[in-house]
Amino acid sequence: MKKTKRNLGNLYIALIFIFMYAPIVMLIIQSFNASKSRGRWGGFTTFWYQELFQNESIMEAFTNTIILAILSAAIAVVIGTAAAIALARMKKRPRQTWLGITNIPMLNADIVTGVALMLLFTTVNVQLGFGTVLLSHVTFNIPYVILNIMPRFRELPPHIYEAAQDLGAGPIEAFFKVIFPEILPGVISGGLMAFTMSIDDFIITYFTTGSGYNTLSTKIYAEVKLGIKPEIYALSSIIFVTVLILLILLSRSGSKGRKMVKEVAL
Amino acid sequence: MKSVKSLLILGLTLLGAGTLLTGCGVDPSAEDVLFVYNAGEYLDPDVIDLFEEETGIKVVYDEFETNEIMFPKVDADPTQYDVICPSDYMIERMLQNDMLEPLNYDLLPHAINIDETYYEKSNAFDPGNKYAIPYFWGTVGILYNTEAVEEEVTGWDVLWNEKYKDEILMQDSIRDLYIVPLKKLGYSLNSMNENELKEATDLLIQQKPLVQAYVVDEVRDKMIGDEALIGVIYSGEAEICIEANEKLDYVIPEEGTNIWIDAWVISQGSRHKEAAHQWIDFLCRADIAAMNFRYVYYSTPNRACMEEELDEEELENEILFPDIDQYENLETFHYLGKEGDRMYFDYWKELKSVY
Amino acid sequence: MKNNRRANSFALFGMPYYFWAIAFIIIPLLLVLYYGLTSEAGTISLENVFAIARPAHAKALFLSVLLSVGCTVVCLLLAYPLCLIMVNRQKAQNSFLLFMLIIPMWMNFMLRTYAWQSLLEKHGVLNTFLNTIGLPSLHLINTPGAIIFGMVYDFLPFMILPIYNALQKIDPNLIHAAHDLGAGFWQTLWKVILPLSMPGIISGITMVFVPGLTTFVISALLGGGKVLLIGNVIEQEFTQAYDWHLGSGLSLVLLLFIVINMILSSVFDREGNGGLL
Repeated sequence: MKKTKRNLGNLYIALIFIFMYAPIVMLIIQSFNASKSRGRWGGFTTFWYQELFQNESIMEAFTNTIILAILSAAIAVVIGTAAAIALARMKKRPRQTWLGITNIPMLNADIVTGVALMLLFTTVNVQLGFGTVLLSHVTFNIPYVILNIMPRFRELPPHIYEAAQDLGAGPIEAFFKVIFPEILPGVISGGLMAFTMSIDDFIITYFTTGSGYNTLSTKIYAEVKLGIKPEIYALSSIIFVTVLILLILLSRSGSKGRKMVKEVAL
Repeated sequence: MKSVKSLLILGLTLLGAGTLLTGCGVDPSAEDVLFVYNAGEYLDPDVIDLFEEETGIKVVYDEFETNEIMFPKVDADPTQYDVICPSDYMIERMLQNDMLEPLNYDLLPHAINIDETYYEKSNAFDPGNKYAIPYFWGTVGILYNTEAVEEEVTGWDVLWNEKYKDEILMQDSIRDLYIVPLKKLGYSLNSMNENELKEATDLLIQQKPLVQAYVVDEVRDKMIGDEALIGVIYSGEAEICIEANEKLDYVIPEEGTNIWIDAWVISQGSRHKEAAHQWIDFLCRADIAAMNFRYVYYSTPNRACMEEELDEEELENEILFPDIDQYENLETFHYLGKEGDRMYFDYWKELKSVY
Repeated sequence: MKNNRRANSFALFGMPYYFWAIAFIIIPLLLVLYYGLTSEAGTISLENVFAIARPAHAKALFLSVLLSVGCTVVCLLLAYPLCLIMVNRQKAQNSFLLFMLIIPMWMNFMLRTYAWQSLLEKHGVLNTFLNTIGLPSLHLINTPGAIIFGMVYDFLPFMILPIYNALQKIDPNLIHAAHDLGAGFWQTLWKVILPLSMPGIISGITMVFVPGLTTFVISALLGGGKVLLIGNVIEQEFTQAYDWHLGSGLSLVLLLFIVINMILSSVFDREGNGGLL
């Protein structure tokens, strides 16, 4: 009885995972399809993998995506950490107002955020492109940083900073020796979350980008209507397999790696 | 959500590879750069390399899906692209909005390669040929699977035949879509008459249950893969499909259809006017036109290219080089103004919201 | 005195963010408000907001709400049993499973959604499979059903994660106590587990409902251009019809929905620790 129940459970989990992975398998198969047309199987080939590195526009979209994600996460971490420090010391009323504002980009629909930013940029007549996309990504990234750091302050012993200063530390020293180590995990998780959000975004980028500047998302959206180039399948397969291998290596690399996987996963 | 974090850690290690590569955007005010905005799959990529090699000008190449998507982008900042390749009616619209720069034919020695017929046809949207050099032309018609479609296809009627429920592909861009019902009803495809448009929309609504999908370039993949049996398509695309799947055939419907010309124009205030002229002239060269013809496989208006570069077999192709005089009611699109666009768009939304 | 000065120096840290929030959060929303409440001539009018009542827009909004509710319900029904099964398993195994659940997110979501086209289409992989084992073809592609399908696929992890987090926090002793007091499986689920996992459910619902309501990508990918959602209307007003006033007016209507959703979820989730973060 208990065993059947467990097997049923396994079956259910398996079904969900088939559902999640079916299209990925499909994409990987497509990346080896010699025919350019999606509807036909033209035989097995690794041609698209060679072609990928020759394809400037796809490689450029890929680098753009990565650079954008790093820069926007980094800027968001600096501004967000500073803001969290200020907010933590604020009186309740103004703090709640600012946190309410901070919540807006997270709760708002992407399409409205995207449209709103586009209206701003075109109203002040800025050329749409890398700059405007970066500003937009920083905007939706900052909240993730702030909201990851704020709870750390709650765990901080009250007046620890003042205590450090009373013991002779200068204000900068007191900050970096006492407060910063305490909030560091929040800073890191916030920054990493910002990084993913930036990589994953399509809608806001779509509305705020201009000529010549594509991320992988906007590139793919444009190509969907024209027929996706098989090189794109090759690139995503590479990204996917790399992440998968790294995960498995990490969890196999002894107890420390397993602990890390466990720790970060939950 | 913490699990996202872990992925990120992994992701960061991935970055190593990514950050080694550079190239994030080109300064728009740089001297020897050219910003080109073209429709998707509408140029042999090798042509860009050749051009860069011969002139030393760096080309920043962007693609758009439809004219309607291109326009607001260019309108928001006309100087962001130097040369653009819109369709006839869109050129008319850009002209009315003062978005184009007149051409200097002294810088276009190869412009005479384009056949006089197409300059004449271009007069309809560009009086006096002051702004645009024809690039490709074609018709819109019906591509069908000759094995599955038994009756002889001659006109648009077949798209309303219940037998082919869920086997029909229609165009998704608004004006292209409306060619079909307007011509079927015997109206102009530039109609601004509310009653005619209403009638056309009703016809489309009536047809919607039979339609498998409204698509742009996906007609190609779906017809080649036998996902659908009948599709409305551009003549050039049709040719590509027939090459890949010989069961397919293309007809120009007898009720008439659209004949279109896509042409190169220079945007108003372009910062690289000379390079833009060099680009257009380069594309007019017979050998380059032949490269693009073989890549895009649409009808070329380039007489020199046809005479010097193409072989007999290529020229005998009835789909790419039809005897236009034989067909009546071939009409070019006109720009219908903001009001007209709005009207079509509203009717189109009405069609799309029916379920 | 000294303390005050310290507080002030910390307040300065917030300046860049205050500036940023005003410039890139508040002002853009005010611009949407401005465009939405004015006509092209620049006069104030509610015409663009009330445009939601036009048949085409009202139908699109209605369909969006319907599909999004459908997607949320399906996600909930799929995710809850999965999380229940998982919390009873070993933690190490679970973190691996959750991990595997997140990994697909590293492949662009549009590509993954698009791949469903090849799987679902008429002569696609699924139907070929069904026909081989003697079942009739499934007609799903290019229907509202396909859009729900695609949305469930894209948003399911956002339902699973908060529910799992909430379930995991439940003290197992509470469940043992319920059993000791004679409650059966269903009764325990209904009376103990469900109420305690409510914050996770609520935050899952929010995470799925809003993106579902406003999507324009999934309907473009799997709807075959036959299904018009409110997100598609807004996108096209901006990118094709170039009518910022109408686009903004309709966006304001969406904002209204989002605000209502926020209020409802804060009413249900009093603890305010919406499980995701």
